[in-house]
Amino acid sequence: MTATSATGDALLSYDDVLAAYDPALGLEVHVELNTASKMFCGCPTEFGAEPNTQVCPTCLGLPGAMPVVNGKAVESAIRIGLALNCEIAEWCRFARKNYFYPDMPKNFQTSQYDEPICFEGWMDVEVDGETFRVEIERAHMEEDTGKSLHVGTSGRIHGADYSLVDYNRAGIPLIEIVTKPIRGAGERAPEVAKAYVAQLRDLIVALGVSDARMDQGSIRADVNLSLAPKVSAGSTAEAPLGTRTETKNVNSLRSVERAVRYEMQRHAAILAGGGSILQETRHWHEDTGVTTSGREKSDAEDYRYFPEPDLVPVAPSREWVEELRGTLPENPTQKRARLQAEWGFTDLEMRDTVGAGALSMVEETIAAGASPQAARKWWLAELARRANDAGVELAELGVTPAQVAGVQALVDAGSINDKLARQVFDGLLAGEGTPEEVVEKRGLAIVSDEGALSAAVDNAIAANPDVAQKIRDGKVAAAGALIGAVMKEMRGQADAGRVRELILEKLA
Amino acid sequence: MPDTPGAPAESGGRVQITREEVAHLADLARIDLDEAELDHLAPQLSVILESVASIKGVAGDDVPPTSHPVPLTNVFREDVVTPSLTPEQALSGAPESEQQRFAVPRILGDEQ
Repeated sequence: MTATSATGDALLSYDDVLAAYDPALGLEVHVELNTASKMFCGCPTEFGAEPNTQVCPTCLGLPGAMPVVNGKAVESAIRIGLALNCEIAEWCRFARKNYFYPDMPKNFQTSQYDEPICFEGWMDVEVDGETFRVEIERAHMEEDTGKSLHVGTSGRIHGADYSLVDYNRAGIPLIEIVTKPIRGAGERAPEVAKAYVAQLRDLIVALGVSDARMDQGSIRADVNLSLAPKVSAGSTAEAPLGTRTETKNVNSLRSVERAVRYEMQRHAAILAGGGSILQETRHWHEDTGVTTSGREKSDAEDYRYFPEPDLVPVAPSREWVEELRGTLPENPTQKRARLQAEWGFTDLEMRDTVGAGALSMVEETIAAGASPQAARKWWLAELARRANDAGVELAELGVTPAQVAGVQALVDAGSINDKLARQVFDGLLAGEGTPEEVVEKRGLAIVSDEGALSAAVDNAIAANPDVAQKIRDGKVAAAGALIGAVMKEMRGQADAGRVRELILEKLA
Repeated sequence: MPDTPGAPAESGGRVQITREEVAHLADLARIDLDEAELDHLAPQLSVILESVASIKGVAGDDVPPTSHPVPLTNVFREDVVTPSLTPEQALSGAPESEQQRFAVPRILGDEQ
């Protein structure tokens, strides 16, 4: 069955895609390092600075300026490589990637070509308790590009009258991590892609080498996808890879999953109709969830790479590499097992926590003082639902682990109950300050004024004489109806346990 | 480095660069060469390549290719911020600027 996208692409139904084709994924993830200074000069790397305030002759490519490698960036590159189980090159060079696009003022990007600093690694990715091994082809060092603003009627590249460029970002150290083709994921391909990027992000956070903010572009993913005809079950033969497309700059985890699925359906509709896939880059549109054609791309694109003559080779000593290996954080699989034991989570609870992308938030919430079950409850039940409604990742919702721990502390102290806590989250999301401030501003604290409570209980008894009589006759279970009436009058701001006590005292 | 599509053909010590290869390289480098210039440059570039190729004959298999004349490795700087230019200085050489940014002609291609 075929449907049509908002932009007129024919899309084969997902079930039909899987019946006929095996997807192959390739992911290129760019990680902006959080060094204080740029890759080859001492300019600062602050996000969001005024345009062209973080530039110098070197990153502007002015004549005579000479680059010098930031040692901290090399250290971060090696640590990322080691965490991805890569080999670390004994000797490698930078290379110039020559192209004509004004996002680099030098007319080339300093990158690495056939001598990446890290190569041949792997990462195990978990999807619903199943493990996929993603093989890493390479992780190399390069520099980020400037940001262009296209001026014209459309605001897009095509149709722009001219462009304005800010070079603050040009020269910020980047590590590009490239996977080998990921095959055999089948229907799980979109989830595997998302889980890989999510787990890579968690690893980067644990290493402390990047801000790892997808919304700010400090982690960006390019998604390669191709389809091959499905091989019959039991066959060990692998069909040759199909023609791929590369969807650029997919900037949220949810979009990684959506972009893979979209391209699978689009490719399949073309192939099923007897057509062939054009090897090209595609642009991802977050708002409409579609990809559109970019530029044609051949494998033999000629960037006229050559070794960078202004930089000497990087030759990390084995002693240095081993020293850096000693600084690696616990690997994610071991860490999950340890946390599950510490928190007393069941397998299902742990899987749900990881699946919701809530592991690090739950961990930080517990570290901030909440009990494991309370942390899990808020993130998975309450906040995951809100993130889903808002169409954002949990980490991007805008509530911090410290705030969640703060809300739970108020519950533990008896200041609010779970129901009121949900209103506190409304306030936190509306930017009304700390949990205490939200409680104060919204008047959410539980009324501990015995006089007010007692009056509300009296009102409830007077309004429900039949129920009151039942309780006097010993049917204590009927108290629920009166508690409900009192809570309603108190707008939920009462301790239900205390209300029950008062009712039973008065009707004893 | 792996072979690139623009690399000159080499056979029996004679290095030839064809007119088509020169045209391709000129296109990659965004240099506008007319027919007469291509006719003129192709043989000249062949002579230069031949001269460079003769060095290959001198270096044995035990001599690795050199990309840098100074035998140094691991020249690093500390990750320390140094002062940047002011935006006025940075933009002073730009033919045009707007909104404190470099104004560049309409971009036809795509980001790389």
